[in-house]
Amino acid sequence: MKIYNRLIMTLGTALLLVSCGQQNKSSNGALSSSAAEKVYVAPGEQDEFYAFMSGGYSGNLTVYGLPSGRMFKEIPVFSQFPTSGYGYSEETKPMLNTSHGFVPWDDSHHPDISQTNGELDGRWIFINGNNTPRIARISLSTFETEEIIEVPNSAGNHSSSFITENTEYVVAGTRFSVPIPQRDMPINEYKSNFKGSLSFISVDPEHGHMDIKFQLMMPGFNYDLSHPGRGKSHGWFFFTTYNTEEAHTLQEVNASQNDKDFIAAVNWKKIEEYVNNGGGTKMPANYAHNLYDESTHTATTTMKKEVLTVDPLKVPGAVYFLPTPKSPHGCDVDPSGQYIIGNGKLSADLTVHSFDKMIAAIEGEKFDGEAYGIPILKFEDVLAGQVKSGGLGPLHTEFDGEGNAYTTFFISSEVVKWKLGTWEVIDRKPTYYSVGHLMIPGGNSRKPFGKYVVALNKITKDRYLPTGPEMEHSAQIYDISGEKMELIYDFPTHGEPHYAAGIPAEILAPKSKKIYRLDENKHPYAVLSPTESKVVREGNEVHVYMSTIRSHFTPDNIEGIKVGDKVYFHITNHEQDFDVPHGFAMIGQNTSELLVMPGQTKTSVWEPKQVGVWPFYCTDFCSALHQEMQGYVRVSPANSNVELNWSLGE
Amino acid sequence: MKAIVKSITLLFALIMISCGGKKEEKKDDGFSVQRKKAQTEQPAETSSTDEVKPSERVDMTTKGVGPVTSVELSPEIDQAMAENGKKVYDQMCLACHRIGKKFIGPPPNGILERRTPEWVMNMILNPQEMVQQDPLAKDLLQEFNGSPMANQGLTEEQARAILEYFRTLK
Repeated sequence: MKIYNRLIMTLGTALLLVSCGQQNKSSNGALSSSAAEKVYVAPGEQDEFYAFMSGGYSGNLTVYGLPSGRMFKEIPVFSQFPTSGYGYSEETKPMLNTSHGFVPWDDSHHPDISQTNGELDGRWIFINGNNTPRIARISLSTFETEEIIEVPNSAGNHSSSFITENTEYVVAGTRFSVPIPQRDMPINEYKSNFKGSLSFISVDPEHGHMDIKFQLMMPGFNYDLSHPGRGKSHGWFFFTTYNTEEAHTLQEVNASQNDKDFIAAVNWKKIEEYVNNGGGTKMPANYAHNLYDESTHTATTTMKKEVLTVDPLKVPGAVYFLPTPKSPHGCDVDPSGQYIIGNGKLSADLTVHSFDKMIAAIEGEKFDGEAYGIPILKFEDVLAGQVKSGGLGPLHTEFDGEGNAYTTFFISSEVVKWKLGTWEVIDRKPTYYSVGHLMIPGGNSRKPFGKYVVALNKITKDRYLPTGPEMEHSAQIYDISGEKMELIYDFPTHGEPHYAAGIPAEILAPKSKKIYRLDENKHPYAVLSPTESKVVREGNEVHVYMSTIRSHFTPDNIEGIKVGDKVYFHITNHEQDFDVPHGFAMIGQNTSELLVMPGQTKTSVWEPKQVGVWPFYCTDFCSALHQEMQGYVRVSPANSNVELNWSLGE
Repeated sequence: MKAIVKSITLLFALIMISCGGKKEEKKDDGFSVQRKKAQTEQPAETSSTDEVKPSERVDMTTKGVGPVTSVELSPEIDQAMAENGKKVYDQMCLACHRIGKKFIGPPPNGILERRTPEWVMNMILNPQEMVQQDPLAKDLLQEFNGSPMANQGLTEEQARAILEYFRTLK
């Protein structure tokens, strides 16, 4: 009750402050025309930045241009995607395998672009599946999901997927603590029995392949968000925690009792050394590792049976707790690596810890007790400063590389610009409405590109024409090149972008793949020359080796298929020209269509149930003769003697 | 005259059907009859029938639009190169260009008796600009129903090998 009253009072004060702030706002009549010029990308011209926005409950990742706010693509990651056939084609179904079977959906949250020396290198982008814990790696030359690894011993994979400054690791922390190993036990015995796992997944520097190096078994708190140290703090990783109360019910109240939760500081270099010297305990596990091979255009699943766990108490000096007020959400590290910002979401203030002071406190062994054996540092000893923002509900902070930080405030719906070191507030601008995360291209690296900040809002209401009860979430883009922020554009996004990652177009655009080379196609069912097209029966299974080019299928007439057959159409697109996919759809198919990229092979399954002559056609408008791109399959009764026969143009 | 006879037959057939005749009608080219009739009624549109088809036209001077400006053909066919050209052709071109018969596009047989080697290579390497800028390529696009010549992303060396392969086709 006391907390409730205090919240109302703080909220009231915040609102007063906000409304006072608005009185000072200058008329933006003149500004609006320059705002239009700033976001206008003329027809035929291209954007300055790519923005990758997580899809939230769409399970995918969307690609936008900045500053125009134009959407370029939706990349399927954790969800089946009929638009391309991802998760429906035989080649991509394995991507969605887990220890729970085929899981065709997830909740994707936090994309992060690979780095070299702390700077964006644009090779891959990683994103977490929150619900059935998984991490995906997406190629930034093909813009396709190449790899998904399931994370065992995790639940609500939220403090993920953030990478270290040379992409040594992609890190995945659990939000919900659970019994490890999972077992049948009373829920109310949570306290001191449940554990929170923090997984360090190594990334192969050449191919990007992921492998769980170790899992750190932490006390049963909720690990909310995380970020890597960089520069001087490279080798450390920082995680915000809440529910240090270890409540198992009504967390809304029960997990908000402690005045301070923690930021967990993990010296992963130290643990890596411990593990490399044979430390850690191998534990039986069961998790899927799904890998897509670009040369065979096919994904395979390997079930892994073991994971290496590390007890933090066995590695002295590896883990410390930094007291941080009020259930911190975002855990952000400035470009120099000196400041660690805790965004205490139930607080009005931001807490900034100093890396140097943290190291000094550790060396001086100035502890304020311990939690399950992990030393707690003294709040005052590690505190660099507090930002008295006057806002309410700080969630997440990014940096412009000019010594400024930008923090979102969910409850008071605003972005606040403040100065690192002096902690003074420089500017504040409202968002519409209830902003979650924000994004500055490279804002989570040593080298941000501080020209725009994008606010990702949770509530849209009246910003766009109403579309029934559900509105797409809104994003707002601010020009941050001057002293004051300027709201210049407002655009809808898809799903619920929890976080985003941006990168200059000049880094990605030149290496974006245009076609897959036909002479590099190693798919076992590929047809490399139309003369190889054929139809092969193996019992009830029929394999159609088919090729496409503008605008026909080879073959396009097939006879001798019978009711009860399982027909695999293996379609190779013989185009070798940019942006000429062909589609394939068969009447009555219990699956989606396929979109086959130039030089690629994909497989679609059809189990005909009715006798007749059934058409298929190309679903992607490919040429002036696209409407003619079709074919027929004759389906005879199960006991018929019609011979297998295929042709084109006869 | 033949057309008129056929039309009368069709008319008769239609009367039979409307009278509820139960005799099974053979669906013999009903549509093509009507098409022929329509054509004879619009002689104005057949003005180009006297002209040589673009695919049969002979133009041994135009080099076309594209990267290739000069090709030297040795008196003897380079068999190794031709063989290599056939391999690339079978993978990249055969879907539309069959040997010895019109398919989606024209067959390559005897092409070097009608076109310059440069024109052939430019058509392979730069089809999009060719059908926009080269008058003959434009006409060919018309002749072949607007079916686009796909850019298969070949190297100049591969296109040259295909040209050598074409020399072996009579």
